[in-house]
Amino acid sequence: MLRRLLHSIGSYLLLMRRTFARPQQMRIFRQQYLHELYSLGYNSLFIVILMSFFIGALLCVQIKLNVWSPWMPRFTIGYAMREVILLEFASSIICIILAGKVGSNIASEIGTMRVTQQIDALDVMGVNSASYILLPKILAMVTAIPLLVTFSIASGFIGAYVVCWAGGFLSLADLTYGLQHDYVPWHLWSGYIKSLVFAFIIASVSGFFGYTVRGGSIEVGRAGTNSVVVSSVLILFFDLMLTNLLMG
Amino acid sequence: MISLIDIQKHFEDQEVLHHISATFEEGKTNLIIGRSGSGKTVLLRCIIGLLTPDNGQVLYDGRDIHRLSKHDGTLLRQEMGMLFQGAALFDSMNVLENVMFPLDMFSSKTHRERLARARFCLDRVGLTDAENKMPSELSGGMQKRVAIARAIALEPRYLFCDEPNSGLDPISSRIIDRLISDITHEYGITTIVNTHDMASVRGIGEQVLFIHDGYAEWTGSNATLYTSENPHLREFLESDQ
Ligand SMILES: Nc1ncnc2c1ncn2[C@@H]1O[C@H](COP(=O)(O)OP(=O)(O)O)[C@@H](O)[C@H]1O
Ligand SMILES: [Mg+2]
Repeated sequence: MLRRLLHSIGSYLLLMRRTFARPQQMRIFRQQYLHELYSLGYNSLFIVILMSFFIGALLCVQIKLNVWSPWMPRFTIGYAMREVILLEFASSIICIILAGKVGSNIASEIGTMRVTQQIDALDVMGVNSASYILLPKILAMVTAIPLLVTFSIASGFIGAYVVCWAGGFLSLADLTYGLQHDYVPWHLWSGYIKSLVFAFIIASVSGFFGYTVRGGSIEVGRAGTNSVVVSSVLILFFDLMLTNLLMG
Repeated sequence: MISLIDIQKHFEDQEVLHHISATFEEGKTNLIIGRSGSGKTVLLRCIIGLLTPDNGQVLYDGRDIHRLSKHDGTLLRQEMGMLFQGAALFDSMNVLENVMFPLDMFSSKTHRERLARARFCLDRVGLTDAENKMPSELSGGMQKRVAIARAIALEPRYLFCDEPNSGLDPISSRIIDRLISDITHEYGITTIVNTHDMASVRGIGEQVLFIHDGYAEWTGSNATLYTSENPHLREFLESDQ
């Protein structure tokens, strides 16, 4: 068990060393990078906005109904909501959602290339298959994530405004005051920093699971599931580490 | 010419290849024949460098593929074309893009020249009209032909085919066999074909290596195949009648 774990970590690191090589053909790399930016980043935008909107609204409702008591000032609702969104939701939780959406997609796409010998075909031609396949995906994820996080924060706040306005249980002025109260820019930046690490984890770990598939369609499916589980756990683990490091 | 010297390969506790030595000549269709599971694919993967043998050398006109520097290895690979058992076309690209891929990756020619070369290769395999189709829209035989076009795009000196007829009807099989054989002779390529299809052996085989349970048991020309005394080879040949 431990030996298998160490073996996997070792092969992961070796794969990453092959991945971070200079692209053999810049023109093709650029094309692929833009393509992945679109298919991994842009195609995740909708789900990120939708989920953040509802979470922002829900946080507001829950805090007001179940956490807040009449002796607390009203702005604490907006304040607590903002901190949850900035510190955890927009970075860690969104990345776990993306691990499910993007990670399984990457793992099964690359796994299929493996079992249909497309990766062998690249290797025989003399193409560095690890770099050719993984590098555009990793870079696209890492560059897309700050934007996704930004959209997540914005849409979470919009969700809060909409629910306060429609539900009428908190004035928009109180919410705005709470959202601005005692704002620490570092909380925002640390969320961005964490999300960069998580994006790298999602793309590289699911890429590893796909690249190392052996067998057929059953193993490809399993690689998809495993990549989601492992990258989600890793995201939480590094969340704990980074939070201690960045906040401590 | 490709020479194998004393190739050995094992997986876990299973010896798959036992001391295989052979030579494959230039301008000829060299066949590796044997039953399923005899080790043909493993041997071919050792030859093209996708597997590293435990022992032995694979010499491409004197260059040992397993001991070249990274740079020389990449250069050698551009002289190699491979037709995989399942064609292995890139399913995110259409037919023309598949054939263009090795050119885009490695050729220093202009776009127009690369396009002309890709179209020439597609024409050579009789698929001019299919250039905008996706691989999933093609029949098995057409996929194999596209894969041949892709394999010859960079004008290889060495061509490898693993079970080129598997999953194809007899007519498509003969078309693929003819293409492989004609291309080999036209361009003087060293070609190695794995097969257990006796129709191919009779049709396009020139030099034959017979493998049984990982042992190279017989080698010789197609004409002397049926005069062999080797019991395993006789059994293999007779099963066809
Ligand atoms: N990656 C592998 N791991 C373990 N055993 C393998 C592997 N590849 C092939 N083998 C074994 O090697 C033997 C030869 O297989 P193969 O070369 O595919 O046969 P053939 O192509 O002649 O049908 C088989 O017994 C197979 O089980
Ligand atoms: Mg085989």
